[in-house]
Amino acid sequence: MSELLKVPTMAEFMAEGKQPEVLFWVGCAGSFDDRAKKITKAFVKLLNKAKVEFAVLGTEESCTGDPAKRAGNEFLFQMQAVTNIEVLNAYEVKKIVTACPHCFNTIKNEYPELGGNYEVMHHTQFLKSLLDDGRLTIEGGQFKGKRITFHDPCYLGRANNVYEAPRDLIRKLEAELVEMKNCKRTGLCCGAGGAQMFKDAEKGDKEVNVERTEQALEIQPEIIAAGCPFCNTMMTDGVKTKEKESDVAVMDIAELIANAQDL
Amino acid sequence: MEYLPNILFIILLGIGIGFFAKNVKKLIRNIKLGHDVDVSDNKSQRWKNMAMIALGQSKMVRRPIAGFLHIIVYLGFIIINIEVLEIIIDGIFGTHRIALSILPEAVYGFIISTFEVLAILVFVAVTIFWMRRNIIKLARFWKSEMTGWPKNDGNFILYFEMVLMMLFLVMNATDVHFQTLNTGNVISQYIAPWFGNLPEGTVHIIERTAWWLHITGIFIFLNYLYFSKHLHILLAFPNTFYGKLTPKGQFNNLEAVTKEVKMMMDPNIDPFAAPAEGTENAIPAKFGASDVQDLNWVQLLNAYTCTECGRCTSECPANQTGKKLSPRKIMMDTRDRLEEVGKNMDANKGVFKEDGKQLLDNYITREELWACTSCNACVEACPVSIDPLSIIMDMRRYLVMEQSAAPVELNNMMTNIENNGAPWPYNQMDRLNWKNE
Repeated sequence: MSELLKVPTMAEFMAEGKQPEVLFWVGCAGSFDDRAKKITKAFVKLLNKAKVEFAVLGTEESCTGDPAKRAGNEFLFQMQAVTNIEVLNAYEVKKIVTACPHCFNTIKNEYPELGGNYEVMHHTQFLKSLLDDGRLTIEGGQFKGKRITFHDPCYLGRANNVYEAPRDLIRKLEAELVEMKNCKRTGLCCGAGGAQMFKDAEKGDKEVNVERTEQALEIQPEIIAAGCPFCNTMMTDGVKTKEKESDVAVMDIAELIANAQDL
Repeated sequence: MEYLPNILFIILLGIGIGFFAKNVKKLIRNIKLGHDVDVSDNKSQRWKNMAMIALGQSKMVRRPIAGFLHIIVYLGFIIINIEVLEIIIDGIFGTHRIALSILPEAVYGFIISTFEVLAILVFVAVTIFWMRRNIIKLARFWKSEMTGWPKNDGNFILYFEMVLMMLFLVMNATDVHFQTLNTGNVISQYIAPWFGNLPEGTVHIIERTAWWLHITGIFIFLNYLYFSKHLHILLAFPNTFYGKLTPKGQFNNLEAVTKEVKMMMDPNIDPFAAPAEGTENAIPAKFGASDVQDLNWVQLLNAYTCTECGRCTSECPANQTGKKLSPRKIMMDTRDRLEEVGKNMDANKGVFKEDGKQLLDNYITREELWACTSCNACVEACPVSIDPLSIIMDMRRYLVMEQSAAPVELNNMMTNIENNGAPWPYNQMDRLNWKNE
């Protein structure tokens, strides 16, 4: 590990009587899943590089309740939401960024009715805004000219109409952005949404992530870019199932940008 | 005797419209069996959606071939039906081509020629639609839910339209008076020679027969709507108007649950206190939906609007990978069950008599419900703003909150969230460990 990550918490900011520019909502996957932790760190490196004053909730963060709500457990969802909103409101949080489209969707769309009103951004939107403001520069580096395809996460794309921010970032890497047969509003699910991540799939001919990976492999990318930790896991598994892991890498957009700058 | 046709026509008109009105009343009653839901917001956006999606067919053309053909049939239907106005006036008053005595010949000719061109275009489009269903056998028209009535219904509509268009052209072609005017008969002039050798009396009888069959056919078609997927030609308009405006990922908030959660979390509230005046109904008898009456009326309107085109199902990732879920079937099941409930009420003086059946299990299986990834592909694909996902979610809510019948792994996930604040069994105190790893 290169230099140590600077990851201040909201509690630390509060102790100094300061407010960070933005709260980084890490999410359960980003906090605990080994693969997703790499995405979290890559994003933090970019925040550090762009000198963004951010903070995390750390141990005060809890599941947003997304999988509970999608599974039909409105009680558990609302218990989680109300608890989280109490914490967020106590810290007077205004702006939230997250690398998980599920957290993004839930906090942005479903928390307001329960008293949680924040400006919520997906990390690709936030990185794009840093770029537009000249606070971050993106170079192609090792990805220059590489064939990259972007897998739209349902909860970012169709659910919230965010299609361009991640693509803009990939273009900035001077990479060749190629689109799958199903993309943007017709993007095919990775198979993990709606709490499917946490259970076995119903009986069928095929797993959804395999179908999606086949679509990706059809256009022969060198990298499948993801913008969601769950999609990342599903696509990585799909690539392994197809025994293509030596040819195709699955990477989050934050990782692509951080790696391009050798962070 | 000379008024006999007029009287017959007025009786036909009365029966045609009367039956239709009766069925519309039943339709409205059935839709109102659903919970009330406030959709009075954002009027301007709603009008815009209706104009773009229903009137402007903006989502139909996302599949260009079907979209283009559909626009022909749709425009043809609306424009040619202007002719019905003349037919009705003629029928009531015993006149013949009344508009011709009002409008200049050239204008009348222009209007009728437009109708004739559209009629032939509609005929061609409908024939292609028929071939897509029956010869090319597009996969989405041959799914398991598309057998029996749904399959026949689709074809009946196409036959109906073919016959109606032909009758309209034959009517014009055999109208000797109209043919000799030599204006507007752009298509029918080529059909006219088929009847050239027949005696004039016979030609006249054919003209009258075509006229009567055409208008009778239209009345039959009007009344067929209620029993058919073709109801979408009417309901697409209110359905797109009342369609969801919030982001697709935003699932509705259950107010009743919010009240309970607030109560649980507020130490100052006495949980055993009697509910305040007027709040008795605040807590519903049931969380989620197990039958059609538990859904809201927009969801029921959705079910009646569905035209079974299957665009939702063909985009559904679960369906594409061979799972049982088909969003179209969810909508068809909801309508079928609602119809069953409606018939039950008709047979029992307007009151629903328990029939031991419900939407859940008797129509929609749990396997279907649990196969959904909530990806919104079906919602995005629907050309008339139907939201099958909302029904799936309401039924999952019933399974989880009323029956505790979630799959075991999901119960584990939920226990983890409850205990550790994460869907996995990790300690919340370890949430920031990644920082130093």
